[in-house]
Parts: sequence; structure tokens; C-alpha cells
Amino acid sequence: MNSIFLPYKMGDLWEVKQKDPEAIILAGGTGLLVFLREKGLHPHTIVGLENLWELKQIEMQNGEIRIGAMVTHQQLLESPVIQAQLPGLHQAVTVLGYPPIRHMGTIGGNICTASPAGDTLPSLYVLNAVAELRTPTASRLLPIQDLIKGPGQNVLGRDEILYQIRIPVPSPSAVSFYFKVGQRKALAISVCSLASMLQVAEDEQTIVDCRFAWGSVGPTIMRFPGLEKNLIGEKLSLNKLREFGQTAASMVSPITDIRGSAEYRRMLVSNLPSKMLQTL
Amino acid sequence: MIIHFTLNGENKNLDCAPDCRVVDLLREELGHTGTKEACGSGECGACTILVDGISKLSCLMLAAQLEGHAVTTIEGMSKGEELHPIQKSFVEKGAVQCGFCSPGMVMATADLLQRNPSPDRKEIREALSGNLCRCTGYQKIIDAVESAAAEMRDDA
Repeated sequence: MNSIFLPYKMGDLWEVKQKDPEAIILAGGTGLLVFLREKGLHPHTIVGLENLWELKQIEMQNGEIRIGAMVTHQQLLESPVIQAQLPGLHQAVTVLGYPPIRHMGTIGGNICTASPAGDTLPSLYVLNAVAELRTPTASRLLPIQDLIKGPGQNVLGRDEILYQIRIPVPSPSAVSFYFKVGQRKALAISVCSLASMLQVAEDEQTIVDCRFAWGSVGPTIMRFPGLEKNLIGEKLSLNKLREFGQTAASMVSPITDIRGSAEYRRMLVSNLPSKMLQTL
Repeated sequence: MIIHFTLNGENKNLDCAPDCRVVDLLREELGHTGTKEACGSGECGACTILVDGISKLSCLMLAAQLEGHAVTTIEGMSKGEELHPIQKSFVEKGAVQCGFCSPGMVMATADLLQRNPSPDRKEIREALSGNLCRCTGYQKIIDAVESAAAEMRDDA
């Protein structure tokens, strides 16, 4: 590597990117530095976003929660807004890594790394999160599932960065859930994870809205809107969710790796939705 | 490139390579070998240091990221010959065997106790969950953290 820049202003960031369009963006470093070392890569230029104050804010605006790309997992964990409005995402960061990783790693890094096991991703999918991407001259909004293409792949252009995540404030009656199965409790890459959001009518039985997103069982986060639709209007029960889980399990093609077999993962896909009901 | 930071309270102005990691700067350039490197990929906690009082992994940081910050390593915990209460408890409770994980354990404990002066055993386990010890197991380490917390609250 020939140079590293840690700009304090967006203008200075764009200047670096203009001079070297191949400049690698450094967020929290917990993924990137491991990746560069493993692959023996020596990028010409690294540009870190850690001093860009505007990327480190969590704010409520127009009925949305806006989370800057450089907000750390620790900030999410401690934020009263996230605790109150997005308990599923809060739960996800409690089981992400361990303290120093949460002090360094960022939500933007977790998203752009696009790992199928990324701990914030399933929650962001069920929250219908939208990513704001910026170039020196323009900004565009993209649903999170359109930003992530596949394992380790996102659609960011060369002169583009992930600026912030926008999440519509969920209905106060919605219940959210995140559960991760790992090989150990801390510092585990998930074998299978599930985020869900569930809203029932005033009768406390009829499902009016539901969303489910599984991690680590496909090339990216898996969601089945067609199956979710079938649940709407139904009475919530353990059997319904078991059936739903079984159908979802027949639709995923997980892989076998050192963390778990395809068969075990498929069983988890099937069982986690009903586990949600048991923990509510 | 020249970077400016404080290391255990001392000003440092150093010339270092853009791809120099913090753990290498500390160990190789500055001879502060208290900070250990084991996995080099953020999975063991051995290289934990405090940056502005917050625990971070020195194997996953580049030296340039220290610009303007205050770094504390295990060498900065004791005051001369006087051990820090956390270090004292580790010794007293037999929480050290080979010692390789100990600097990271002590730094992670320092981070915990400044956030939460009265952690219960579950909270201690969670705070140290990423710091691996391959010798003695964790019970004595958790005992040591409990005792250090009490000592530092002055209600031992």
C-alpha cells in the first residue's frame, strides 16, 4: 500500500476517489484487514471513513430512522432510539462479535461486506431498510436487497459509497425477533439465523403483517414474500409457523461447510419460525 | 507518513509505513511487546488495547488510524512498580498461567469496568467472551475480574 487517507470532509473523500478510483474504502476494518491479509492483497490506496462525522449519526427524520454508514455496532447497541424502535436490530448487535469488534465494526461495513452470515442483514431485510448511496454529485436510494448481489458482492459503483440506511419506523404493535444459531455463544459466524417481524390484529390472533429473513442458508439473505403473503389473514399458531418453516426449508439450498451441514441448516430454517412464537 | 498520538500518556511522533498495523508498530517499532498477537484476525482478543479508553484490536487497525488518539497498552496500566488493581487481582486469584492472553484479558477488563463498575458473572463472561485462554480455563479469570471490580469500587 502506498497511501492511506482518513478525510474529515466528504469533499476530501471524493478528491481521493477521483485521483485513485481503485482506492479501497475502509470502514471499521474488522472485515477488510482480515480479507487483505488472507488474500495477500496490497491495494495502492486505502481511504477510511472513520473521521466523517456525518456518517456517524443516528437520527429520526420524516418517520424514518436514519443510520449513518459509519455507526458502530456499539452505537447501535447503546442507542435509545434503536432499543425502543428496532428491538430486532438491537438484538442482532448483542450477538454480533464481542466488545472490541462492536467498538470497531460498522453497520455500513456489515452491509457492504455482503456476507450471507452478516448479523445485521436479516433484521435490515425484514425492516424494509433502504440504502442511500452517494457519489460526488448524486445520491440514489436502493432497497437493501437490491444493494447486495451475492456473497461478498454489492452494486456500489466505483465512485460511490454507502452513505446511510433509512428504516421506516415499524408499527408500535409489531413484534420483532432475531435468533442466531452459532457454534458458540460469542464471536460466532452464524450457522443459520432468522429475523422476523410480526403484527397481529386487535384480536391478538389474526396475522396482519409478517416478514421473515434467514441468514447463512443461501448466497445472500433469504426472504420469501410469496410465502409471507399466505400467512396474512391466518390465525397465528405454532402449527401455522411450523408449516411455514417447512415450506421455507424446501425452498432453500444451503451448503455444507465447517460450521454445519446443509441438512442441519435446512432443519434450522424449518424450526426457527416456531421458535420465535415460543419466545414471544 | 508521520503520525502523532499518545502512548500511555507519552507523546509520540513517528514515521511509519501506510500499511503498518498498530500491533506491529507497538511491538516492532516501539518495543512494547506486552501487547500480544495470536490469531491476527480479530478472533482471540490477545492484541486488545484501549484507544481513547475504548477496547479495540490492534491487529485490525492501521497505525495511521491512531492519529490524534490516546493509546493505552498493558505497559500503561501499572504505575511504576505498583500494579493496577486489575493486574493485582489476576495475580492473587491465579488467573494467569502461561500469560499470553493476560494482557488482552486485562485490557478488556479495564474497558468493562469503566462502563460497568459492578458487573455480575454473566456480564463479565460476555465482556471477555472474545478473549481466548488456552491454559487455565476461565473461572479464575472471572473471579479476578469480580475481585478487581470490588477493589476498584473500594468495597472489597
